[in-house]
Amino acid sequence: MSETRRITYRDAIREALSEALTKDERVFLMGEDVGRYGGAYACSKGLLEEFGEERIRDTPLSESGFTGAGIGAALAGMRPIIEVMTVNFSLLCLDQIVNNAATLRHMSGGQFSVPVVIRMATGAGRQLAAQHSHSLENWYAHVPGLRVLAPATVVDARGMLWSALECPDPVIIFEHAMLYNEEGDIASEGPWTADIDHAAVRRDGDDATLITYGGSLPKTLAAANSLAEDGISCDVIDLRSLRPLDRERIVASVVKTHRAVIVDEGWKTGSLAGEVSAQITESAFFDLDAPVERVCTAEAPIPYAQHLELAALPSEEKIVAAVRKALRI
Amino acid sequence: MRDQYEGVEISAEHLRELARQMILIRRFEEKCAELYSTEKIRGFLHLYIGEEANAVGVMQALLPDDRVVATYREHGHALARGLPATEVMAEMYGKATGSSRGRGGSMHICSADHRFYGGFAIVGGGLPLAVGLGLADRMRGKTHVTCCFFGEGAAAEGEFHEALNLAALWRLPVLFICENNGYAMGTALERSESETDIHRHAESYNISAEIVDGMDVCAVEEAARRAVSKIRAGEGPYFLENKTYRFRAHSMFDAELYRAKEEVEEWKERGPLVQFKPCIIEHSLLAESDFEEIESDVANVVEEAVAFAEAAPWEPVEDLLKDVVTPRENMA
Repeated sequence: MSETRRITYRDAIREALSEALTKDERVFLMGEDVGRYGGAYACSKGLLEEFGEERIRDTPLSESGFTGAGIGAALAGMRPIIEVMTVNFSLLCLDQIVNNAATLRHMSGGQFSVPVVIRMATGAGRQLAAQHSHSLENWYAHVPGLRVLAPATVVDARGMLWSALECPDPVIIFEHAMLYNEEGDIASEGPWTADIDHAAVRRDGDDATLITYGGSLPKTLAAANSLAEDGISCDVIDLRSLRPLDRERIVASVVKTHRAVIVDEGWKTGSLAGEVSAQITESAFFDLDAPVERVCTAEAPIPYAQHLELAALPSEEKIVAAVRKALRI
Repeated sequence: MRDQYEGVEISAEHLRELARQMILIRRFEEKCAELYSTEKIRGFLHLYIGEEANAVGVMQALLPDDRVVATYREHGHALARGLPATEVMAEMYGKATGSSRGRGGSMHICSADHRFYGGFAIVGGGLPLAVGLGLADRMRGKTHVTCCFFGEGAAAEGEFHEALNLAALWRLPVLFICENNGYAMGTALERSESETDIHRHAESYNISAEIVDGMDVCAVEEAARRAVSKIRAGEGPYFLENKTYRFRAHSMFDAELYRAKEEVEEWKERGPLVQFKPCIIEHSLLAESDFEEIESDVANVVEEAVAFAEAAPWEPVEDLLKDVVTPRENMA
């Protein structure tokens, strides 16, 4: 990459939306307050003026209605981008996503495609309490027929949307709310597409493998930096795609380091971290020198008070402690 | 039946076709019930017997490019939309040449060629999808109509209200057809709805709505033609509440403890064929011999469908995971 420019994660998403709307007339954005308000997280600010009300479509508070409408429009050949304000609200459209979008291709014997992209914010960290803070990515990653992405970097936020739109199947994109203000460098010139099939190695190391995704990546990298100061070097794997999982890359790293720590903002019971751990056990059991460690959210609804919220979530300190435990130091 | 129906061609040829389609659905499903008892068909089987006039009447108003969304009680809609009886029967058998390759079964018959998006088995779940199909057509300036069937039980679901509001708000080309057969599985309408006039919900969303005699095929066709022409003219969605009745149990597991036999018998006297046949014979539009011919033709179609399904291959188990998602090399 010759020249770069520095933008925020939010800007990356807005640029990606704008580019998609410009490149493909079948693309439109639909959701609550995406138009006049500019998006709950300001990701679509200015797009209404540029693309008009038909393509930047404000909806009533009808998650099931407009998500189902997006699925129907995709069936009829459009390329809708549905914005659901947060994953917590998406439980109101779980029926449409799980019973319709995910099933139609298989259930119809391959006759129908649902090329819809559903974006939603996820995660805690802003004292929004138990109905705006949960991380339910794993609920969607459980479902065959869906693809689930979690861009953790500005580059991926810029590139994954178009790659998702090119996919003929339903794609869910999780944007961690704490990432929107993160800054990063992207190439000045496109094309800005992203690999949506493989995990990325964000840092190389030999002593342990740290596996994470989405909003936990900055904490995990911070932990790896801090450990490096003590002479402990870690591989940091950013899953990027939560369904399908890149088993090959996970296993290759664990075979190299012999230790694995999984960082996942979901609750530990029934978590994505549990699935990753099971895959490591299935494919690299005899390469492990220590039990797999998981750093997850405490098993409670996310509380409002800041000290309790912080105590509930994965943190740099908890990750460092888990790595030291795996290394028995 | 009445003497005149606005927009409905009262000719021997057309009435014969209406009769043929209704009789085909009736005999096809009677055969399905028989095949269920011999375990050729498994899973759930929801029969449409008694309600045939609704699917047959509505489909007369549609063009090939229009779209249809139906429910899990959709054999009749599929046949009336023109899906071959062979493929529908093979689907019931779970065979590879079934309309959904045997993956859907009785509740999920679909055909991209017929723009028949299938049976949706979550009550109310098809309505938002129909809104989206209509939205896509409107955004591209097409004049297609999306026709969405559902039962009166759907009116208790949030998705019904969300979909009606969106369709009205955006003036989408969607024809909503409520087949009100009085029972949501075993729960009578008056035991589940504070508003038993379902069309009044549509009116509350500023959608034009009317009540239709769902046991009179010509009345259904008349209303559907009126609705479709308004929708195509850009007047937004339209809602029909068709009063009808299912003569058979909800599914093959239903002991029918929730309704009186007398009530069923009363409705049977108003059956779609019971009132249709004597009336058109009396008006000398068709003769008894025409009905005998139709019965004989239909018997052949059903027999051929069963033979096709019996002889059809099973999908290879190796294809189990095919079409869960598109292989990446096939990506656009």
